Amino acid sequence: MILNMGPHHPSTHGVLRLLLEIDGENIVRIMPDIGYLHTGIEKTCEAKFYQQVVPLTDRIDYLCPLTNNLCYVLAVEKLLGLEIPPKAQWMRVMLNELTRINSHLIWLGTHALDIGAMTVFLYCFREREDILRLFEMVSGQRMMTSYFRIGGLALEPPLGFFERVQDFATRFPSKVDEYENLLTGNPIWGMRTKGVARITAEDAVALGASGPTLRGSGVDFDLRRDMPYSSYEKFKFKVPVSQDGDVFARYACRVAEMRESIAMVQQALDGMPEGPIKAVAPKVILPDREMMKTQMEALIYHFKIITEGFAVPAGEVYQAVESPRGEMGYYVVSDGTAKPYRVHMRSACLANLQALPTMCEGRLLADVVAAIGSIDIVLGEIDR
Amino acid sequence: MPLQPAITDLEELKNHPAVAKLLAWNPAAVEGAKFDRDEMSIYVERSSIREVCDLLCQNTDFPFNYLADITCVDWFPSEPRFEVVYHLLSHSKKERVRLKVRLDGSSPALDSVTPVWPAANYFEREVFDLFGVRFAGHPYLRRLLMPEDWEGHPLRKDYPVEGYR
Repeated sequence: MILNMGPHHPSTHGVLRLLLEIDGENIVRIMPDIGYLHTGIEKTCEAKFYQQVVPLTDRIDYLCPLTNNLCYVLAVEKLLGLEIPPKAQWMRVMLNELTRINSHLIWLGTHALDIGAMTVFLYCFREREDILRLFEMVSGQRMMTSYFRIGGLALEPPLGFFERVQDFATRFPSKVDEYENLLTGNPIWGMRTKGVARITAEDAVALGASGPTLRGSGVDFDLRRDMPYSSYEKFKFKVPVSQDGDVFARYACRVAEMRESIAMVQQALDGMPEGPIKAVAPKVILPDREMMKTQMEALIYHFKIITEGFAVPAGEVYQAVESPRGEMGYYVVSDGTAKPYRVHMRSACLANLQALPTMCEGRLLADVVAAIGSIDIVLGEIDR
Repeated sequence: MPLQPAITDLEELKNHPAVAKLLAWNPAAVEGAKFDRDEMSIYVERSSIREVCDLLCQNTDFPFNYLADITCVDWFPSEPRFEVVYHLLSHSKKERVRLKVRLDGSSPALDSVTPVWPAANYFEREVFDLFGVRFAGHPYLRRLLMPEDWEGHPLRKDYPVEGYR
C-alpha cells in the first residue's frame, strides 16, 4: 500500500511530502517529495548587488539566519580578500553559537512534541524567547536578523548587550539540565529513540550526511574544529560524538552541543577584543552615518555603494560553515561586476534528507516521525 | 591580505595530491588546474568524470571520501556553455578539491557519479531540474524542485528572473 504523508503533516516540519510504501506497519520504501517551498533564491541572488543578498540568506534557513549570513559574507570576503577585525570575528562566533542553541532548542521542542513529550516544548521555547530578545536587541529583528555585513557587522552592539548575554550564559546550563531530566533517563523516551532509525558511519558518509547526523554515527568531523573559519581556532570546545547512529545518539550529540555552545559564548564574552567592527575598505563598506554627513569623500562612497554596488574581482569561492544541521556551504562565482554571477547554497538538510530512506526502510511507520525529527530538517533550506 | 594571482600552470600544481594522482593515472583526463584564493580546481575531461571521482574517493593515501556538493554554472552565451562543479572533501586530511567539467550547450550530458557516492542522487537531480544537464546512469533522473510539467530550466541565464508570464 502507498501512504501519503504530508505536505501538511505537523511532524514534517514544514512542507515535506513523503510517499510511504508500507506492508502492514512496516516501511518498504520511502520516497521524499520536495520543492513545495522552492522560491528560486539562487536565481534572485543573480539579480541583486552583493550586499543585497545578505537579507535573502536569512530566508533560506529561518531557524539559523546568522549562520547563513556568516557563510555568505565569509564567501564574499574571501573573494574580495578582506581582513576582518578581531572584534567582528568574535561577535560573529558568539552570535553563531547563540543561533546554534536557538536552532537546537526548536529542534528539541518540536522533536519531543512529535514523539509525545509535550512539556519539553514549553521549556525550550521559554529559553528560545530569551535568545530572540538578544537578537532583537543587537540587530533590531527577532528572526530575520541580517546583522552581518560584508566586511564586518552592521552596528556596534548596544549598551548593556553583553551584560544580558552574560546573564543568559549564566542561567542556561541549568536549563539544559532541566531538559535532560525530562528526557534522557525517561524510559518512554528511550523506547521511542534507542535503536530507532539506525544509520552506519559508512552509509552516512556515502549519503552526504553532515553535522549531528554524521557525528551521531561516530564520524568525528566538525568544520569549526577541523577547518576553522572566523577565528574558531581560538576557542576551546569538545565535539560530541556518539557511536550508536540512532535517534537517541543524534539527540545526545545535539544536547551536548548546546552545552559546548554556551561555554563558547562564555569564552567569547570573557575574551571579547576591543577595536573596530568593520574592515578598512571604503569602497565596499558603508561609512558611519556621522562620517557620511560630514565628509565629502564618505558621502561619495556611500552614494556609489548604494546606487551601483561594488565590483568583486572575478573568481569563485566555496565557503562552508558548520550550521546547526551540518555543512552549510556557499559557492559564489564572480565575473568582476557588482552582482554575483552565481550563488549556490549547499544545503545540509537536502543531503541529510537523502539518508532518511536508509534509516527507515524495514522499520515501523511510527518510527518515521522520530527519524524526521532526528535529522532536524528545515524545508526552507532544502527547497531554497 | 591582498589577493594573490591565480596559478593556472599545471606544471606548478602537479604536486597537489589529487592532481598528482590523476596525472599518474591518465594525463589526458586532466584538462587543466587552477589554484586561486587557497582553493584548488581541476578541470576534468568530460568522459572520465566517474572514473576520476572513483579514483579520488578510493585513493588510500589521500581519500576524498565525501561528496559535499554538485552544482552547475551557465556561461551563456559563450561556449562551452555549462560547467558542472563537484566539491569533494577529505575527512581524514581536512582538504577540499573542486572538480569541473565543461559541457557544450547543445545537449549537455555526462556520466552520473551516483555509483561512487549515493549522495550525488539529489544534487544531480537538482542540476538536471534547474539547468537541464543530463546525467547518464542516474537511477531516477526526474525534476526535484520544480513541478513535473514545468517547461524550461530556471537557472539558465537565458531564462528571465521573473519567469515567463
